[in-house]
Amino acid sequence: MSDTHAETVAFVQDTTIPPAPPPAAETGIVKWLRENLFATPVNGLLTIAALYLIYLVLNVSLPWIFGGLWTTTSLAECREILQGKSAACFSVLTERWNQLLYGFKYPAEEYWRPNVAFVLLFVAAAPVLFFDLPRKLLIFTGLYPFIAYWLIWGGSALIPIVALLGILGGGLVYKQFVKTSFAAGFFGAIVTAFVIWIVAGMLIPENASENAMLPAVPSRDLGGFMLNMMLGVTCVSLSLPIGIALALGRQSDMPLIKWICVIFIEFIRGVPLITLLFVASVMLAYFFPPDSTVDLFLRVVIMITMFSSAYIAEVIRGGLAALPKGQYEGADSLGLDYAQAMQLIILPQALKISIPGIVNVAVGLFKDTTLVSVISMFDLVGMIRGPILASTEWNGVYWELLGFAALLFFVVCYGISQYSQWLERRLATDHR
Amino acid sequence: MTTITDPPKESFRLSQLIYDTRYRSLTFQAIAALVLALSIWYLGNNLIQNLRAAGLNISYDFLGDPAGYDINQRLIEYDSQSSHARAAVVGVLNTLLVAFLACITATIFGVLAGVLRLSNNWLVSKIMAIYVEIFRNIPVLIWIIIIFTIMTAVLPGPRAFRGDNATASMVLDSFAFTNRGIYVPKPIWTTGGILVVVTFLLSVIGVFAYRRYAANLLYATGKLLPTGWPSLAILIVPTLLVLYVPSNPLWLVLMAIVGLVLFLGALAVAFWAIGQALRAITSAAGDFVAVISVVLAFVAFVYFGGFSFLAFFWSLTGFGELVPLMQFESPALKGFNFSGGIKVGGPLIALWFALSIYTGAFIAENVRAGIQAVSKGQTEAASALGLRPGRVMNLVVLPQALRVIIPPLISQYLNITKNSSLAIAVGYADVTATLGGITLNQTGRAIECVLLLMLFYLTISLLISAFMNVYNSSIKLKER
Repeated sequence: MSDTHAETVAFVQDTTIPPAPPPAAETGIVKWLRENLFATPVNGLLTIAALYLIYLVLNVSLPWIFGGLWTTTSLAECREILQGKSAACFSVLTERWNQLLYGFKYPAEEYWRPNVAFVLLFVAAAPVLFFDLPRKLLIFTGLYPFIAYWLIWGGSALIPIVALLGILGGGLVYKQFVKTSFAAGFFGAIVTAFVIWIVAGMLIPENASENAMLPAVPSRDLGGFMLNMMLGVTCVSLSLPIGIALALGRQSDMPLIKWICVIFIEFIRGVPLITLLFVASVMLAYFFPPDSTVDLFLRVVIMITMFSSAYIAEVIRGGLAALPKGQYEGADSLGLDYAQAMQLIILPQALKISIPGIVNVAVGLFKDTTLVSVISMFDLVGMIRGPILASTEWNGVYWELLGFAALLFFVVCYGISQYSQWLERRLATDHR
Repeated sequence: MTTITDPPKESFRLSQLIYDTRYRSLTFQAIAALVLALSIWYLGNNLIQNLRAAGLNISYDFLGDPAGYDINQRLIEYDSQSSHARAAVVGVLNTLLVAFLACITATIFGVLAGVLRLSNNWLVSKIMAIYVEIFRNIPVLIWIIIIFTIMTAVLPGPRAFRGDNATASMVLDSFAFTNRGIYVPKPIWTTGGILVVVTFLLSVIGVFAYRRYAANLLYATGKLLPTGWPSLAILIVPTLLVLYVPSNPLWLVLMAIVGLVLFLGALAVAFWAIGQALRAITSAAGDFVAVISVVLAFVAFVYFGGFSFLAFFWSLTGFGELVPLMQFESPALKGFNFSGGIKVGGPLIALWFALSIYTGAFIAENVRAGIQAVSKGQTEAASALGLRPGRVMNLVVLPQALRVIIPPLISQYLNITKNSSLAIAVGYADVTATLGGITLNQTGRAIECVLLLMLFYLTISLLISAFMNVYNSSIKLKER
């Protein structure tokens, strides 16, 4: 049969044809270009417009950046060297580097102290940010606020030590009593800490700061980017626990507590940060005891912490609301009391959901620390607009300074948001 | 016989206050109330003592005193002899002005960037991603300062516009970009101005009527009329025609006589054209003819209706002397500065532009999230039904995406309003700069000023969130 069939067919291919390469337009870079840049005529026009835009930006900015001068001593000198050419005068950054970072009053011989505190910040933050690191490192994180305070403000080491002792004592009492009742442990700890602070505070001699190992630096001498970092780190870390407490309070079924929290949160969220900073600079002093002098830094920290804790509370409330009701009921059916249920079941899940939101608040808060320049504190923006641009040497160097400030903030904020995205992927327990 | 013994009578023990869940919340609330009362008493006591020590009192009388300072950007009459209260009102209006403008432009920037970021074009979507990241990660204060610096340090001064070999020139001979602000032509209110306004309002009504008519037609007959360019035509054409009406006295007299006739004629023409259009649509005639007739009908109605209004108006004012319906006063260089036209100050521009481009980056992310939240199945199902990509976007994706986009959008508007308080950094006279800045410093009434300031912002944000709640409940998925 096959023979007869073979006779009727003129030609039979009995070997495989070698595969031909795909058409040139359907492979490699050409295909990519066609699909991603020139898919339709409109798309092609958009691409050309975008390329032209990029060309315009680079054409102006690249020569400006790479032709920049780094070693002159004033803008006039820059202009003399450049002879009308358009290029940056980065020497303002090299010459005023310390002022930009530390403010203009921080004693120059003490710059190593904020530097050390800055490096230690990474060590302290590492175990919080990355869970794979040994948990023992958290002890250092706990100690860090006291070390950093001592390094930056200097003065007598007794003050941070007493503060630490108070907290340690409170912690011990809490551990002791929390087995019988959470409330007993909680209030006992607060009372103990206050007792230790008050008693030890009387014991510290008045002139303890005078001949201290590290000379004392008053708060008003802090400035530059250091001030932004300090405000950001302090206020975010303080506002997290307060925010959690406010969020839980807002969910509480005790009407009084709930309404206190609701009014606080809505009030703070309804007003701009500037007005709160005005409160800190002109109004808050009226609410402290008449003979006390609370310095501006502390007042600003109080107001910014209130501000960000309200926002964080709302984020966490969202996380709490997103938990299915079964989690609350499950915790109840296990016989856990409120504190245990929150610590073991609810908060770990709710906080995980709220991480992106909390990071958003943290980034926003860090950016908002620039607003303190409005109430005449000399943070990075305050330094640029105040002492540096007002000086005779550098009057008129806008782009280099503002670009530098923008770059610093961009690096920090973009870094934080990238970390948060990494963390979200890391914590994702659902399989998709 | 068994007797049911009464349950043991409950006696209240003190320990129940802590251990019994029925009473524990009362205990906690009592403690909270006590702490609250104590702290209020403590703070209030400190306040009273401090105020007494400083010889101050809480009083709002200072609001009636003359402010004594000038405000260069103002929407209502104000001079340095006006009261502090009026200065505050000027500030409030300025805040609302810049917030309103910035909300509009931020929405435009945000929607553009958000949609383009989802574009198939790799380069465009990357540029938009860079825009969003750069603007989101740098403080808005820095952006405001940067743009203010561009305004003041880069744009030419009025001097540069002077002379024969001027280094700067006005755009279209009517817009001047100077370092003191941007000067734009100012419309002059003339007798005919009302006509232009009326025509424009009629056009707006016409657009709505046309769209409604198109929708009704679609549901009744299945005919789909284009709505995009006809709406635009109805909106613009009549107003333009009225703006450039030939200002010839004879023409006006004629119109005054035949105004009523024209009006009736316009009505008749409109009805006739609509009838024609209906017939064209229901018969086999093409869509294009139908659309043209409907558009013509509306234009005819509005135009001739407008003319009859003009005629009516002129006959009322006794054929007043001939004036063009609308005039623009262009800014002109006089002495060392521009005069005439409207001056939009540099601080306002800087604040407006910076707020809109900064918030635009956030809105872009909201828009992107909203569009991506619409499941792919919706798009695919719409395409399977045979809808073209534009229709898929307009009829299927956007209505569902808006439900996700609008709540965060409104909270971004709230942020714009609050961030507009940064005006104080560039010297724009918003309420923070007048009431919380100069007034506060001049009178020393810190507590009163800050409280009033907070009250204002609180009111605004409560209003906006009330509106948002109403909106949210109105778009909530109706579950039956």
